[in-house]
Amino acid sequence: MSRQGARLDAKKVNSELFTLTYGTLVSQLLKDYENVDEVNKQLERMGYNIGIRLIEDFLARTGSGRCYDFKDTAEKIQAGFRIFLGVSPTISNWGPGGDEFSLIFESNPLTEFVELPDHCLNLKYCNILAGVLRGACEMVQMEVTSWFVQDQLKGDNVTELRVKFIKRLEDAIPAGED
Amino acid sequence: MADEALYEFLHSELVGYVTEKSAKENKKDDLSALEYMGFSSGYRIIERLTKERPRFNDELDTVKFICTDLWSTIYKKQIDNLRTNHQGVYVLHDCAFRFLSKLSSGRQYLESAPKYVAFTCGLIRGALANLGIKCLVTAEVQNMPGCKFHIQVQRS
Repeated sequence: MSRQGARLDAKKVNSELFTLTYGTLVSQLLKDYENVDEVNKQLERMGYNIGIRLIEDFLARTGSGRCYDFKDTAEKIQAGFRIFLGVSPTISNWGPGGDEFSLIFESNPLTEFVELPDHCLNLKYCNILAGVLRGACEMVQMEVTSWFVQDQLKGDNVTELRVKFIKRLEDAIPAGED
Repeated sequence: MADEALYEFLHSELVGYVTEKSAKENKKDDLSALEYMGFSSGYRIIERLTKERPRFNDELDTVKFICTDLWSTIYKKQIDNLRTNHQGVYVLHDCAFRFLSKLSSGRQYLESAPKYVAFTCGLIRGALANLGIKCLVTAEVQNMPGCKFHIQVQRS
């Protein structure tokens, strides 16, 4: 049943399918909610759900141990982007307290075929990434928050994701148990 | 390039989102949104896959492309069995469908199987639609993780 012609490049096809499926999801959310802020929130939530599972995959693949400081964490997050999205964002703009940094993306597979229409200027198209970071870090006892400062889809030169450390999470016993 | 595992994560979020939403609106398992998302992804991806290949000879040839090339890139294996009555009905049997293979293979979760195949039904329908074949695609799960996709070509 084989055909003439080059075989498909599986990695590329899967990456494109992922990009397109993500795009379909965003447009479905826009249709369902009509309120852009609600869409951003929903994307973040889905990212969170993915993040809490993805961290397991990350640890299994890299075998990495504890982070000594937040700089270490930043490098691991960078490595995570390389493994899962195939991009290496640059780490820069450290905050004075060492608890805040920016990830600078020059390209991003999520936005490969994307152009934002005028009425969605408040849409944070890649907000799923913010959720993924929050979910993944929460599973390793760290509360972080992140938000987009610059976005290529809105005409900026690069996409900048700011990540801020909030606190270390202590193991908590579920309510109602001694 | 995005890693392959992400597609699986994203797919389970799509399933979760659609079922949650239909539960909120009190429509029991309304999977049409999921099917539609599959349709538009399939419609777009096939265009990129086929842009450098020769024209397909006929309908069967097109379906074969879906079973071999498309399936093995996306679902990591080929379709195990393709049957047709040569009158526009095709049955694609996959003995270990990727999205079902992570679920228990007993009968326990048979009820939730439709959620995990709806997106792919749409994907096939979208891919064929872009190649000029209008059809209906339904899925049938009898034994997990196997799945049969029925393609019914609409002739006008």
